[in-house]
Amino acid sequence: MTTVSDPVVLRPGANDAGELREMTRLEKAVGPEWARLIRGIITNPLSVTGIVLVFLFAMLALFAPVLAPPPNENWPRMQIPRDGFKAEPQPPMSVWNKNSPMSVPWWYRNVWPRQEQWVHLMGTTSGQYDIWYGFVWGARTAFFASFVVTFATTLLGVLVGTFAGFYGGWVDEILMRVVEVFVAFPFITGALILASLLTPMFGRSVWPATVALIIFGWTGYARQLRGDILATKERDYVLAARASGAKDSHLMLTHVIPNAMFPTLVRISLNMGAVVLSFAALSFLGIGLPEGFADWGQIVSFARSWILTLDVYWYIIVFPGVALLLYGLGWNLIGDALRDILDPKLRGKKA
Amino acid sequence: MTAYIIRRLLILPLILFGVTLLIFSMLQVLGPVERSALYVRDIPKTDRQVDAIIVRYGLDKPFYVQYWNWLVGTVDGNTGERVGGVLRGDLGYSRSGREPVIDVLIRRMPATLELALWAMVPVIAFGIWLGVKAALNHNKLFDQVARVFAIIGWSFPTFVFALLLLLVFYARLDWFQPGQLSTGFSQEVIKPGFTQYTRMMTIDSLLNLRPDIFLDALRHLIMPVTTLMVVEVALLLKITRSAMLEEMRQDYVTTARAKGLPEKMITNRHIRRNALIPVITVAGLTLAGLMGGVVITETVFDYPGIGSWAAAAAVSLDVLSMLGYALFSAVLLVAANLIVDIMYAVLDPRVRLS
Repeated sequence: MTTVSDPVVLRPGANDAGELREMTRLEKAVGPEWARLIRGIITNPLSVTGIVLVFLFAMLALFAPVLAPPPNENWPRMQIPRDGFKAEPQPPMSVWNKNSPMSVPWWYRNVWPRQEQWVHLMGTTSGQYDIWYGFVWGARTAFFASFVVTFATTLLGVLVGTFAGFYGGWVDEILMRVVEVFVAFPFITGALILASLLTPMFGRSVWPATVALIIFGWTGYARQLRGDILATKERDYVLAARASGAKDSHLMLTHVIPNAMFPTLVRISLNMGAVVLSFAALSFLGIGLPEGFADWGQIVSFARSWILTLDVYWYIIVFPGVALLLYGLGWNLIGDALRDILDPKLRGKKA
Repeated sequence: MTAYIIRRLLILPLILFGVTLLIFSMLQVLGPVERSALYVRDIPKTDRQVDAIIVRYGLDKPFYVQYWNWLVGTVDGNTGERVGGVLRGDLGYSRSGREPVIDVLIRRMPATLELALWAMVPVIAFGIWLGVKAALNHNKLFDQVARVFAIIGWSFPTFVFALLLLLVFYARLDWFQPGQLSTGFSQEVIKPGFTQYTRMMTIDSLLNLRPDIFLDALRHLIMPVTTLMVVEVALLLKITRSAMLEEMRQDYVTTARAKGLPEKMITNRHIRRNALIPVITVAGLTLAGLMGGVVITETVFDYPGIGSWAAAAAVSLDVLSMLGYALFSAVLLVAANLIVDIMYAVLDPRVRLS
């Protein structure tokens, strides 16, 4: 409903004739650019699938203490409890003798598998680490790695990219040469080596791999933002603002960065998935994490000693493998849809 | 164009200097005591030995002095000989390989190159074919399927895919085995009767007129090649598709259509030719990408290349091997980048004629 104090704002309509129409409620609330983004995301079946997947993993991470309770109060929660030390893995639904969870939650008793005693829902690895526990708590490791690495790399990349793009000249020249040096290393090689070197310093924990992924991961953001800023800088409205005497910092914060931000958003989403794959790859190779840490890559690595009989012990690979695939897929589906919506070249055409 | 190429060549030493600086800086996260073990073959046991090494190799000196020593080597006080020095080709001694790093690299390199070359052919063929077809069927079924395939390929953890291949085709069916050759043949290729010309098994076996060894080597390559293909095909598909779509929107396409050129000719003569310029450069980088991406694939399939060696070195903290591998792969990638940039300049008339 339009009142007198609420002036009617007209926007170009969806049809090719360019007729004007009234702004929708969503557009009023968040602005036309974001409204288009949100509408695009929730109407595309692929990105909706992605959102659902990421949401499910978020639930898994959030309710980990209910889904896989630790054996006792003082248990270091990210450590997978082990049912003895036997080398041979045990199949799903086998009896859990030692170090079983301290409580039997209601879902376990009433929904599935309707039992009073804990069993290994997804079996155990060699050394009797419970796969279900690692599967559930591994979601926390995944979110931790995604968020910390993506946040730090975005920040670093945006800073470097903005300075290079905005100031240009020798600042740009030096920063871009630095980027080129980092890009000279194949990503996984650089991360592998740095993570391994950092292990004595940090001790075995999530940090060696996390820091290594940050140090070799920011260059993509820097390059992209620099390019976008160079393009935005020449736009008429920025030139107009500069001509009217706006300061550099003001120009950068209010005009240049917000307009160059959308492509970065696509990269962030795609990176959330990619980071977890790299992190898991490092822990699969045995770099960084302590043994028995709840991480999908590490559970899969237990399969390496059973190559000859993998078909018998399929559950060591399949459960954490599917978790990794679906987690990465979720973020990639969102990122892919975002790119389609934000690609200015496709704009106006029905994607 | 000449100016562009000259500029690229002038930057090259600068980048390589940066690469060595970065590698040496990474080493600094280890303390002098830990680094002292790197310069000698046996791990020093007593504090006095450690101190002697620190003084001898100047590990307590400022960063730039250490960096310079690492680059050009140091003069031995007793014999007056210059020892070490990365620039002199001395990358140190590989503890996990039990020989000098440079020798391990040279010995293991052909196997990796062979794997990458075999993977490159199907990657480029499939990637370009699928990408072109997807773009021509933009938003139709083929495009949608190719797109979902690309996203899944992109999201698939390499090591999980590789282990699943082993699960089905090795553990269950026993069609293909991990490694480079079957046990019998791997004994045979080191006997005097078999000359190793290139150390690439598929080529050497043919040169030695041994088709049986050739087929065996090929059988061992199928699983790692398939693994490498999954991600790389998805990447090339994406790039080809968007390059094609980009060109299809250009004015010259409208012009060609307006003057009545058949659609097939527009695609073959105009769109695809222009779209493939960026694709060719990416395809050039694929080889370098494959060489770098082999760490996990080689490890899972127990393939004796430089990737599996680097992974083993990283796990056992064999620092000099890691640094040697890092330097090697960085130089390789920088060189590939340079070649690709020059190729791009030569191929693209917009750059060539400017």
